[in-house]
Amino acid sequence: MNAIALSRRSFLVTATAAGAAFAFAAPAEAAGGYEPTIWYSIGKDGTITVHVIRAEMGQHVGTAIARIVADELEADWSKVKIDHVDSDPKWGLMVTGGSWSVWQSYPLYSQAGAAGRTALIEAGAKLLGVAPGDCVARNGAVVAGKTSIGYGDIVAKGGVSRTFTPEELAKMPVKPAAERRMIGKPAPARDIPGKTNGKGVYGLDAKVPGMIYARPKLPPTRNGAKVTAIDDTAAKAVPGFIKAVALDDPSGTVPGWVMVYGETFVAADRAADALKVTWTPGDTAKVSEADLQKHAGDLIADASKGSLVVNDDGVDAAFAAAKSTLEATYTTATALHFQMEPVNALAFEKDGLFEIHTGNQWQSLALPWLAQALGRKPETIVLRTYLLGGGFGRRLNGDYAVGAALASKAMGGKPVKMVLTRPDDTRFDSPRSPSVQKVRMAFGEGGRVTAMTHDACAGWPTEVMAPFFMPKGANGVAFDPFAINGANHWYSVGAHRVRAISNDLASRTFRPGWLRSVGPGWTNWAVESFMDEAAHAAGADPLAFRLKMLDATGRNAGSAPNAVGGAKRQAAVLKRLADKAGWGKPLPADTGLGIATTFGQERDMPTWVACGARVKVDRATGAAKVEKLTLVADCGTVVSPDGALAQMQGAALWGLSLALFEGTAFENGEPKDLNLDSYTPLRMTDVPDLDIEFVQSDLAPVGLGEPATTVVGPAIGNAIFNAVGARVRHLPIRPEAVKAALKA
Amino acid sequence: MTSFRLNGREVSVETPEDAPLLWAIRDEAGLTGTKFGCGIAQCGACTVHVEGQAVRACVTPVSAVAGLSVVTIEGLDPKGEHPLQKAWVETQAPQCGYCQSGQIMQAAALLAATPHPTDAEIEAAMAGNLCRCMAYVRIKDAIKLAASRGTAA
Ligand code: FES
Ligand code: FES
Repeated sequence: MNAIALSRRSFLVTATAAGAAFAFAAPAEAAGGYEPTIWYSIGKDGTITVHVIRAEMGQHVGTAIARIVADELEADWSKVKIDHVDSDPKWGLMVTGGSWSVWQSYPLYSQAGAAGRTALIEAGAKLLGVAPGDCVARNGAVVAGKTSIGYGDIVAKGGVSRTFTPEELAKMPVKPAAERRMIGKPAPARDIPGKTNGKGVYGLDAKVPGMIYARPKLPPTRNGAKVTAIDDTAAKAVPGFIKAVALDDPSGTVPGWVMVYGETFVAADRAADALKVTWTPGDTAKVSEADLQKHAGDLIADASKGSLVVNDDGVDAAFAAAKSTLEATYTTATALHFQMEPVNALAFEKDGLFEIHTGNQWQSLALPWLAQALGRKPETIVLRTYLLGGGFGRRLNGDYAVGAALASKAMGGKPVKMVLTRPDDTRFDSPRSPSVQKVRMAFGEGGRVTAMTHDACAGWPTEVMAPFFMPKGANGVAFDPFAINGANHWYSVGAHRVRAISNDLASRTFRPGWLRSVGPGWTNWAVESFMDEAAHAAGADPLAFRLKMLDATGRNAGSAPNAVGGAKRQAAVLKRLADKAGWGKPLPADTGLGIATTFGQERDMPTWVACGARVKVDRATGAAKVEKLTLVADCGTVVSPDGALAQMQGAALWGLSLALFEGTAFENGEPKDLNLDSYTPLRMTDVPDLDIEFVQSDLAPVGLGEPATTVVGPAIGNAIFNAVGARVRHLPIRPEAVKAALKA
Repeated sequence: MTSFRLNGREVSVETPEDAPLLWAIRDEAGLTGTKFGCGIAQCGACTVHVEGQAVRACVTPVSAVAGLSVVTIEGLDPKGEHPLQKAWVETQAPQCGYCQSGQIMQAAALLAATPHPTDAEIEAAMAGNLCRCMAYVRIKDAIKLAASRGTAA
């Protein structure tokens, strides 16, 4: 492979140089620029470079954040550049997930923009020889009557140096909503052109001169496997095969991995297939989906287990005194991330620094693992940022970066590009855990709801990967908020108890993952299916039944800044949805409209959302066809209207895909569906009509990447019931289950 | 060594003849706009044109394109301004963008053969292209927009 044909050489050199330029482009920062805060700088030519700590994975987050700064700064948008920064402690926590990006960045970046505007007006006024009070900032210039001076000129003249401490920034007043010129207005996302011409550089496209390739040979179990023998006889026959090495991983992130190196990916890939490795597997080699669910059921049955996330007084008394009670159990199957770009990373040591080039959502989480694995100080490791070929939570868990780093270390720090094939990626996925949930409700006089309990058991991603993020429940037991959020809903149900239980068999068998919409993506399958069942049991209309409990009393009244209005806003969204979707209007035979509503991801930053699903059921086959999804969301201020709509569209279709098209099962300790021949996410042909509306609001902006995912599944389940009277309690909903429920 | 035309240039690659064209394009020719998703012709991320036909480069052996013309997303239009690429930007179709090279190449082959496709024809032609971000609504809108202008063929 070393003798490169002449015709190819020049071609290759140019192409490689271009690739490197994209990969390593330094932030466009003019020397001697002005940096009012660490979040952006203004060059002498007026270029404003906004440093974005969030990963670009399809949400156009760079554009959204840069426009928050630019609006407050009164910048000229055409001069604003976006810089996705590398990992560095100065940025603080680097994580992109939980629909947090805009919510967390909004106050910070808008105050940073306001600070720059204040300083530039002061400096510009001085240069113009007028009082600051006579100046306004507009479109990248300080203007006083007929005279004006551009930001670049102010910086070039050295007229501005004021910087702001975090404390000063936190006190910086921002503009009133009426003065906003960019937020809420449409603007093309900056990352899009590069995604239409092949120029966007993803982790898979990262390259450096002299790099070799590697593919891991994965052990039979995610945890606990030990290599006993490696036979490379057949691998040696593969041209370009270099060698195979059992990785030594002090961090325990990639136990049992054997790295197979090749001159090309083809060589590494083929050699990995040919290589024979024997392992002593971990003790989960025989675990099945049924084992996982049975274990969850057993844990739920043991009242001593788990964390009490909500624990009102009087729950047991209310059940004892109830006129009637209702109980139902809901389950969800293992679901894969299946992000389009299989995980990969390029790693090498250079000038005392270990560089990891990869797309990642949570750099701060991966760094300590890398440090432990490599036996180096975190300061000597840097994660370089690339476009993500889909995140959906898979790349919150940077375990693959550890595999690549160790692969390079085993080769003395040589550049190694590790690529997983699709089946490798699936076997090494951190899937959404299967779950079991038991929900009960107590009714008093006249069908009044007096108490509710919700027990939920699943593998906990946060317990395995980020235990420092786990708060304690009322009984002192820590819990994973991302495996229970949603159950702590805004309905006033009298005495409420929510118990979250970690499925330890799940977290031994695989590394449970955060998957788009996390806990609320499956807890609401139980909450919102159950609300419908409870309404029917109480002889009430499911819409009226919900609205009555969304009364915004007590803890559901809401509070500033993020949850102003509380359950009232959820009720408003639900009412609007009901009108829009035509709740109560007659429908054709075997067709039903189902509704569901949630508060999105977290009580602290609720995105109020409601969905109406119109579904037609084929009684003969049990197949449910979703004809239309109507959604209404109140996410406070909409920063980028078109981006917000795109996120809602994608998230709603994710909900549909998870409800009807996805789902797998553990078999012999691994997911059984490894590729698209049997794992079948939604395709274009399956897309129903979508009708999406946002509530106009000036309130604090909250996340949008996930909330729509949480409502679609239960809305479909409820629609199936309304269409043909069949109640399904397992996700995904398979035709056989609908048929079985029809007969019941 | 296999020779073929890649985006109008003669190239010779050393990637084994029976290996997927995808890796010859990405790792040897250095054109990384063509993506790897599944490796089994089920996602469409690796879609390129061979003699104008959309094919999955992940299952096309290098030997199959000997002497033929291969076009990747980088070569679809010299300026990246194919009517579909423009429509993709106008409708803000891409989310993560990883599938989009393949989507555009698939759509370009569709419009070349069927300049004014019906919705059903679009869905049938695009069913093999997975978009995990589920940007389908806009992908379809973009194809219709380009087709409506009648210049994509
Ligand atoms: S990578 Fe070729 S079709 Fe998926
Ligand atoms: S845009 Fe992400 S997979 Fe299509």
